[in-house]
Amino acid sequence: MINYHKPKKIGISILRRWTLIFLLGEILFFGLVGTNYISLNNLQDILVASTTVLLLATGETFVIITGGIDLSVGFMVGFSSVICAKVMVNLETAGFSQVAAISIGVLAALLLGLIPGFINGFLVAKLRVPSFIATFGMYGIAYGFAEIICNNIPVHNLPSSLGTLGHGYLFYWLPGKIFSFLNKPGNLTRDELKHLIVIIPNVVVITFIFIAIFAFILAKTKFGQHTYAIGGNINAAERAGVNVKTHLIKVYMISSFFASLAGVMYVLQYITGRAPAGSARLLDAITAVVIGGASLYGGKGTIIGTVIGALIISVLEIGLVNLSIPTYNLYIAVACILIFAVLIDQFSPELIQKEEEI
Amino acid sequence: MEPLLEVKNITKKFGGLTAVDNVSMQIFPGEVIGILGDNGAGKSTLIKVISGVYHAEAGQIFYEGRRIKISNPTEALKIGIETIYQDLALAENMNVYSNIFLGREKLKKFLGLVDVLDHDYMHSESKKVLNRLDINIPSLKNKISTLSGGERQAVAISRSIYWNAKLLIMDEPTAALGVAEQKKVLNLVKTLSSQGVSIFIISHQIHDVFSVATRLLIMRRGKKVAERITKKTSADEVVGLIVGSILGEYN
Ligand SMILES: Nc1ncnc2c1ncn2[C@@H]1O[C@H](COP(=O)(O)OP(=O)(O)O)[C@@H](O)[C@H]1O
Ligand SMILES: [Mg+2]
Repeated sequence: MINYHKPKKIGISILRRWTLIFLLGEILFFGLVGTNYISLNNLQDILVASTTVLLLATGETFVIITGGIDLSVGFMVGFSSVICAKVMVNLETAGFSQVAAISIGVLAALLLGLIPGFINGFLVAKLRVPSFIATFGMYGIAYGFAEIICNNIPVHNLPSSLGTLGHGYLFYWLPGKIFSFLNKPGNLTRDELKHLIVIIPNVVVITFIFIAIFAFILAKTKFGQHTYAIGGNINAAERAGVNVKTHLIKVYMISSFFASLAGVMYVLQYITGRAPAGSARLLDAITAVVIGGASLYGGKGTIIGTVIGALIISVLEIGLVNLSIPTYNLYIAVACILIFAVLIDQFSPELIQKEEEI
Repeated sequence: MEPLLEVKNITKKFGGLTAVDNVSMQIFPGEVIGILGDNGAGKSTLIKVISGVYHAEAGQIFYEGRRIKISNPTEALKIGIETIYQDLALAENMNVYSNIFLGREKLKKFLGLVDVLDHDYMHSESKKVLNRLDINIPSLKNKISTLSGGERQAVAISRSIYWNAKLLIMDEPTAALGVAEQKKVLNLVKTLSSQGVSIFIISHQIHDVFSVATRLLIMRRGKKVAERITKKTSADEVVGLIVGSILGEYN
């Protein structure tokens, strides 16, 4: 039997995956036009450059699926970077080992980073403050506290071994001679160093481990299911016995956890803590989520979509740098993609419908 | 046989207005009762007392022979009294079986470690209950937003049946549906009743009610004015009772 629907089906699956195709198209374009764009190092640079947006957007995806928005994450990055850096510096000065100082600094940042999320969630879920307002308030508060903690100056003099972790790679490979895991081989000659191939930056590894865990939670677990239900029909969720309030608090805590993690990654990459760190990335993160197929009305979105959305932005960003095009053009390009994404979503709902495991 | 639910002398006031005035009635297992009356007669208020939305000022409720107090809709749900709402309480962004299992998801172990959703189980169980109720929905993986109004209602009903509802309350279930769909819902009501589910059905369409209900309860200005066996009355008589041109036994 001839399947007359086949062309239409192919059309639909292309439309469903337009972001992925767009991303690959971008890479191909810059690969052809740019210099050395498609090289191991450049592709890794793209991933490193996108860690902040990737992390913020992953947490934001949960919030947006419930029908809310978390604006606080922009300054939460700085807040957490400052705490992380400050704790490390103070502990090392107090005589702690570098390993202890670094670990405690990271833990402190991640734990304290949960507090703003809890407050956001409490305001939204229990006191019915619109998420836009609650998290916008927290945006300012996080920034203010960050500046207080660091006395208005970036935190410097962090433990020296931080760079080993932050600038390290998962694999080091000297073709034919050395293949090493996590440890940068010592005693290399200048020439050997030049040929050393470094594979997958640590910060990218850490970032993707957390993204994968939460992608799993969203897609496969009851928690994820309830997140979608709340965004789809909060009354139905409540009536079905979902503890909506507690759930929302957890969702905002996930978002602030990812923002704190982004702060920690910032410290690892730049070996400093700054109050405004990452704040410029807030809108990129929200854009990534929306490009990835989430709706600001809630009920829709996936982590994989968000990851593609985030990569579309950073591939473009690095691409423009590669072509020496002033980066303010990025704003125009990203805005156009965003609007395009929303239009596709608006005008092809029934085309893109399919059977889904939600 | 013992009635599934019996209410005695229920009175519900809104300020100075007596919306339900000293109403008593009972429903037996598998029985379909039509509640008829003009706009504002108190039908919705009466069933909202039963489903825990409102608290009656006076009167008693007996369920399976025991006197009970229903303080909120969740308590009603717990004992098997389910209202099919017009907004249907379904999450439109989720598929059919996810809605049927919403809040009571079936889980399985992933790698022996973490609990994940057991899609296959939920899918096949949902299929079973839909089949049992003669409901035809192309794919249970379709999102609710792609279903028709009647199909949505069928999903909402299947959900309650799967979770052992004994008494369904349907307030104007056919109001928003096309003719073909109305028929399906009425057939579903018959199927449910044959399987022992009791149903209160409120409708303006006297015809609908006549086709499924075995007993009719006519309300006027908050009062129950008459009770009729469907077979032993006519549409004319019922209309007369509704508008007050015929006086019922309780007037
Ligand atoms: N929540 C309420 N507050 C005040 N008055 C109400 C409320 N609900 C219903 N009523 C009044 O109670 C009476 C019965 O209403 P209702 O039970 O909705 O009638 P029906 O469903 O038979 O049309 C009407 O006069 C209505 O205006
Ligand atoms: Mg009514």
